[in-house]
Amino acid sequence: MSKTVPVRLQVNGVEHAIDVEPRLLLVHAIRENLGLTGTHVGCDTSNCGACTVHLDGRAVKSCTVLAVQADGASVTTIEGMGTEDDLHPLQEAFWNDHGLQCGYCTPGMIMAAAGLLADNPNPTEAEVRKGLEGNLCRCTGYHNIVKAVLDASKSKGATVGQSEVTA
Amino acid sequence: MSATTTGNGTYVGQSLRRKEDPRLITGQGSYVDDVNLPGQLWAAWVRSPEAHAKITSIDTSAAKERPGVVAVYTNADLDMEAGLPMAWVPPGVEVNTPDHWVLAKDAVKHVGDPVALVVGTSRYSVVDAAEDVIVEYDPLPVVTDPEAAIAGGPFVHEQFGTNKVCDWSLGGGDLEKGFAEADVILERRIVNHRMAGAAIEPRGVLAQHRAGKLTVWSSTQVPHFLRLFLTILLGIPEDRVRVIAPEVGGGFGSKLNIYAEEVGCAWASIKLRRPVKWIETRSEGMMVTHHGRDQINYVKIGAKRDGTLTAWHTRILADLGAYQMLLTPLIPPLSAFVMSGVYNTPAVQTDVTGVMTNKFATDAIRGAGRPEATHTIEVMMDQLAQELGMDGLELRRKNFIPPFENGHETAMGIVYDSGNYVAALDKLLEHIDPAEVRQEAEGLREKGVYRGIGFSTYTEICGNAPSRAVGPSAFGLQGGGWESATVRVHASGSVTLYTGTSPHGQGHETGFAQIVADRLGIDPSMVEVIHGDTDTGPWGLDTYGSRSLAVGGEAAARTAKKVADKATQIVAHQLEAAPEDIELRDGKWSVRGSPDRGMTLAEVAGAAYIPENLPEGMEPGLDEQTFYDPENFVFPFGAHACVVDIDAETGKVKVVRWVAVDDCGPAINPLLIDGQVHGGITHGIGQALYERIEYDESGQLVTGTFVDYALPTAAELPSYETDRTETRSPVNTLGVKGVGEAGTIAATPAVLNAVLDALRPLGVTYIDMPLSPMRIWEAIQDAKGKAGAPA
Amino acid sequence: MIPAEFDYAVAGSLDEAIQMLVDGGEDAKLLAGGHSLIPLMKLRLAAPSLLVDLRKVPGLGGINREDGTWRIGALTPHTVLEHSPDLGLASTVAGTIADPQVRNRGTIGGSLAHGDPASDLPAVLLAAEGSVTVQGPDGQRTIEASDLFQNYMETAIGPTEVLTEVRMPAFDGWGHGYEKFNRRSEDWAMVAVSALVKQTGDVCEDVRVSLTNMGSVPLRAKAVEDALRGQSLTADSIAKAAEQAAEGTDPPADLNASADYKRHLARVLTRRALTQAAGLT
Repeated sequence: MSKTVPVRLQVNGVEHAIDVEPRLLLVHAIRENLGLTGTHVGCDTSNCGACTVHLDGRAVKSCTVLAVQADGASVTTIEGMGTEDDLHPLQEAFWNDHGLQCGYCTPGMIMAAAGLLADNPNPTEAEVRKGLEGNLCRCTGYHNIVKAVLDASKSKGATVGQSEVTA
Repeated sequence: MSATTTGNGTYVGQSLRRKEDPRLITGQGSYVDDVNLPGQLWAAWVRSPEAHAKITSIDTSAAKERPGVVAVYTNADLDMEAGLPMAWVPPGVEVNTPDHWVLAKDAVKHVGDPVALVVGTSRYSVVDAAEDVIVEYDPLPVVTDPEAAIAGGPFVHEQFGTNKVCDWSLGGGDLEKGFAEADVILERRIVNHRMAGAAIEPRGVLAQHRAGKLTVWSSTQVPHFLRLFLTILLGIPEDRVRVIAPEVGGGFGSKLNIYAEEVGCAWASIKLRRPVKWIETRSEGMMVTHHGRDQINYVKIGAKRDGTLTAWHTRILADLGAYQMLLTPLIPPLSAFVMSGVYNTPAVQTDVTGVMTNKFATDAIRGAGRPEATHTIEVMMDQLAQELGMDGLELRRKNFIPPFENGHETAMGIVYDSGNYVAALDKLLEHIDPAEVRQEAEGLREKGVYRGIGFSTYTEICGNAPSRAVGPSAFGLQGGGWESATVRVHASGSVTLYTGTSPHGQGHETGFAQIVADRLGIDPSMVEVIHGDTDTGPWGLDTYGSRSLAVGGEAAARTAKKVADKATQIVAHQLEAAPEDIELRDGKWSVRGSPDRGMTLAEVAGAAYIPENLPEGMEPGLDEQTFYDPENFVFPFGAHACVVDIDAETGKVKVVRWVAVDDCGPAINPLLIDGQVHGGITHGIGQALYERIEYDESGQLVTGTFVDYALPTAAELPSYETDRTETRSPVNTLGVKGVGEAGTIAATPAVLNAVLDALRPLGVTYIDMPLSPMRIWEAIQDAKGKAGAPA
Repeated sequence: MIPAEFDYAVAGSLDEAIQMLVDGGEDAKLLAGGHSLIPLMKLRLAAPSLLVDLRKVPGLGGINREDGTWRIGALTPHTVLEHSPDLGLASTVAGTIADPQVRNRGTIGGSLAHGDPASDLPAVLLAAEGSVTVQGPDGQRTIEASDLFQNYMETAIGPTEVLTEVRMPAFDGWGHGYEKFNRRSEDWAMVAVSALVKQTGDVCEDVRVSLTNMGSVPLRAKAVEDALRGQSLTADSIAKAAEQAAEGTDPPADLNASADYKRHLARVLTRRALTQAAGLT
C-alpha cells in the first residue's frame, strides 16, 4: 500500500483529521472514514452527480476528487444542509413537490441545486434544467425536481452558505 | 357486520407529502452500502473479458498473496448443487435452459461472466487482487445477432444443438379469415432494442452468518424470493435466513432477480464466518445487471378500407442472452397478453421465440413485455392510418373497445377489467389540439425545424397476479401472485402495517398509510408501514409488475377492514349497542346519532389488550392478517401525446411537449401517481431517443458506462402535462390499477409516431428506435435519395 | 471504480513540482483539478506511479489582460472562464463543458495538457492562435497552439514540464460563435466548431475556424477561412465556405456517429458558428 497521507477536512463545520491512502476518493472519505453516508455513488464516470458535495463552497463530484486534494478544505454534505427539524428551503421544496422517489440521487441533486441557486438565485425553468445537467435521476423524470428548485428559489435563505465565483 | 367507515375518503385521494422523505432529503436513509458490520470483508469479482470462451486455466496464487486477501474462490470451490434459478415451466412447452452457476464452470458465455470471487479486508485492495487473478481463455465463436442466432450456429450452449430457447404462442379468433377479409394487409419489422434499468443506486449485498442465522441485506425488489432461493441453494432452513431490503435506490425491474453476487456473498460469508459485502460499480452493472426489451416484432395486420381491424399477427423474436435469469423467457410472452391493445380486433395471434446470444440475460425492465407490445401496436396504428389515408386518431376511435365497467374478453380470451379508452383520448384532446400543433409545424419548417405530434392510446396488464392464472398449471410461473398484509394496532393506538410488497421509491409508506388510516379513523402519521424485511412481516411476494397497490394495497385495505370490524364489535359491546348501529366518524366509533358516546382507536386498543370486557368468545388483541389473491389482473389505460422538434440538418430530436392522461382507477395519492407517470414517460423517452445497450460483433459491450449509456438529464426534457380519468376496477375494493409502468408502456410509440409525423414531409415513413441524431439524418438522406432517384 | 495505487506529493513551488516530476520518472503525472486524469485512473486506463499536486503552487491562477493578450493561469477552473465574459469565445465555450460540478474543478491548464481532441478548449486555443507557457528543468518556453497538439492525447509538453499559463489574443472587435453538437447537454462534443470573425462592414477581414473531435487532434478548417477572408459575409458566402469544413479530415467513428455523419455535422456547425460570429442570426 502507498504511504498514507494526513488530511484535515472541515466537514459541515466539524474538523476532522484522517490518514488516507492517496487514492482514496473524497466520497469514500466522507462516507467511510467520517460515516456521513448521505452522499452516494451512482456511477464510475462523473456522470450521475449522486456524490455532489460542496468543496470550499462550490459543488463538485466527490467521486472525482481525491481526499488528499481536499486537505485543508471545507466540505458541505447533505447532512450539513438541514435536519429533519430544521430543513433547508431546498429540502423543504423537494418534500413539498415530491421531488424524490427512491431518494438515492436526492442528496446530490439538492447539493447541485444549491450550487445552481448560489450562482443564479432567480433561475428560469430552462436555467434550472441546464444547471442540473450533471445529475441523473431515474425515478422522477426531473419534473418535480425542477419544480422544487424553482419553488425553493422563491423562498428566503435558499442560497445561504454558498460562495460566489471568484477569479 | 361492518360499521360505516366514514373515515373513508378523508386521506385517500389527497396529495399528502411523503412520510419517506424527511429521512431521504437529509441523508439519513440507509441503503445497503450504508450498512457496515464489525469484521466485514469485501468481495470483488473477476469477470470475463471474452464473450464466449473456454476457461483453460485460472491462477489465483498472486491474488492470494496480496495483503488483506482472505480467500479467492472459483467454480471448483463452490459446493452448491444448483445454479441460479429460472422460475418458468410452461406446461407443454419445452424450454432450453442452461445451468447458470454463481461462478462460471469451464466456459464463459458473455462479457462479465464471473470467473472468480476475491474476498479481502478492504474495498480497495480486493479490486487490486482481482486484477492479479490470471485467467486463460480459449475463445469460441460468438453470436450477438438474434436473427443469425436463430438461423443456426455458433451455439451459445452447444448441448442444445440450437440457440432456440422456446416457442410459445397465444391467440384467438380466426386469423386466416381475418386476413382474407382484409382490404389492406400491412407488414413491418419493428425492433425494440435492448436497454437497462439503470437505477441510480447500483446493486449491492451484505451477508452475515452468525449464530446459525444468515442475514442478507440486499438492494433488491424481492427480499422474499431471495430468502427462498438462498434456502434452496445454500441448504439453510428458511426460518434461519433473513433478507432485508433496506432503502433501495430504484429498481425498475433490474433488482427483480436472484443474482450471482447475492448468492455468492451469502455463500462466502458462511464459509468465512465473517460478513461479506459487495457493492456493484456502474461498469459492472451495465454488464451483469439484467437488461430488458431486445425484441424484434415481425408484425402483419389486416384491416378493412374503412379502418376496421380484421387480424393481427405478431411473431416475436426475443434475444434472451446467454443465460436465463429468474423470469427471462417469460417476459416476451407478457407482450402477447396485451397484443389486442385497446382495440376490438377479432383475431389476434402472437408467436414468441426466445433465442440465446452471447450477451447478458434480459428480464423484466419497467413494463416487461408490455412496452414492446404497445410500441408495435401503436406504431402500426399510425402506419395503417397512413396506408389508408386516415387520421390516426380516427382510426383508433374506429377500433376502440367501447367503454365497459366489468369485463371485456379480447380475442385471445384475456378479460380486461374495465376501460373507457375514448374518454381518456377525449380528455387528452382537451389539453392538446393536433391541428394547432400542425399549424405551428408549418411555421417552423422554414427554419429547418420539423415539428411532429405522436399519440399512443394504450392499455396494459398488471396487478400481478391471480395465482390461478399465472401459476404452475396455467402460465407456468412456479409461484403465486397473492399478497399479504398484517395490521397491528398497538396498545396505545398507533398502528404498524406490515406489507409483503417491497418498495424502492414508490411511496408505499405514504399511500398504504392513507388507506389504513381511513379505515381506522386515525391520521396517516400514526401508521408506520414496514416492508422489505422477511423477519418482521408475513410471507410476501414483493414489488414488480405494478402490483403493489392493486394487490398489496388491497391486502392492506382488507386487513384494516378486519381490524375495523373487530373494533366495531368491541365498541358495540362496550357501548351496549348493536354492531350495525356503530359508525366510524371523525376518528371515533360511536353509536349512530349519538356522536358523544364513542371510542377512538386508542380506546378500542386499550379494551382489546386489557381484555376485561370483550364480547363473549372474542380473542384479545387487535392484530389482523390477510392473504389476498386477486381474481383478475388490472388493466390501466390512457392516452399520451408527444410533440417533438427535429433539427432536420443534424437529425437531433427534442421532446418539446408531453401530455398524458392516465387512468389507474380512483387515486389514493395523486402526487404519487404523477410522480410515477413522470418517471415512466422519461424511461420511455430515454429508450426512444437516448438509451441503448449495444454489443459489437465480438460480443464486447460498447455502452458500458453512463458516458455511453445515455440516460436523459433534466436539460434534455420538458415539463410534463398530466391529467387523469378514473375508471374503477371491479377487481379490488379500492377500484385501483397499477401505474408504475404505464408511462413507460405508453411512451415509446408516442415518440416514434411524433418523429415520423415530423419527418413525413421529407418522405421518411419508418425508422426503428433508438432515434439517434445520426439515424434520423441517415433516414432523411435515404428518403432524399429515393425521391431523387429515377423512377 | 477505484484507482490503482500511487504516491502523492504536494508541490509548494513550481521548481519543486518540476523536481518532483524529474525524480518521479516517466510515470509521474501532474494533478491540477484532476477531471481529465482521475476518471481515467478510476477506470484503470491510467495508472501513474506518482501524482504531483499543483494546488499549492503560487502564481498559477488568475486572469489578466496585458497588451491585448489574455494571460490565464493554468489552474483557472472552467467556471471562472465561464463567468468571465470578456474572454469571449473561451468563456462561451467553457460554459458548455460537461456540467457545473465538473466546471468547478476542471482547469484550463489540465484540459489543454490532456490534449483530448473531444475536449472543448483545445480547439479554442487553436482558433485563437494562442500559446501556452511551460516551465521545465531547462527553463521556460512558449508552445504555440499549432505545435501543442501532436497526436491523440499527446502534446508537445515534456514529461517534466509544467503548463503554467495560457495566452490568447483578446480579439477586440471580433465576433465569435461556438456550436457544439452532442446528444445530451453533459456529453462530450460529437463535433464542435469554434469560429472567430473580424469584419469591417460586411467584409471579412480575418476569420478563424477550428474543429473539435474531427481527428486525433483539434483541427483548423483552413479552407473555410481562406474562402471567406476578404469576402463579404453573407448567409450565402458563409454557407458556401462552410461546405469545405470537413476537407481533409478523417474523423474517428463511434457508435453514435460515422465519419460521414461527423463530416456533415462539421459543415452544418461551421455554417452556424460563422453565422453567429458574423452576427447574422
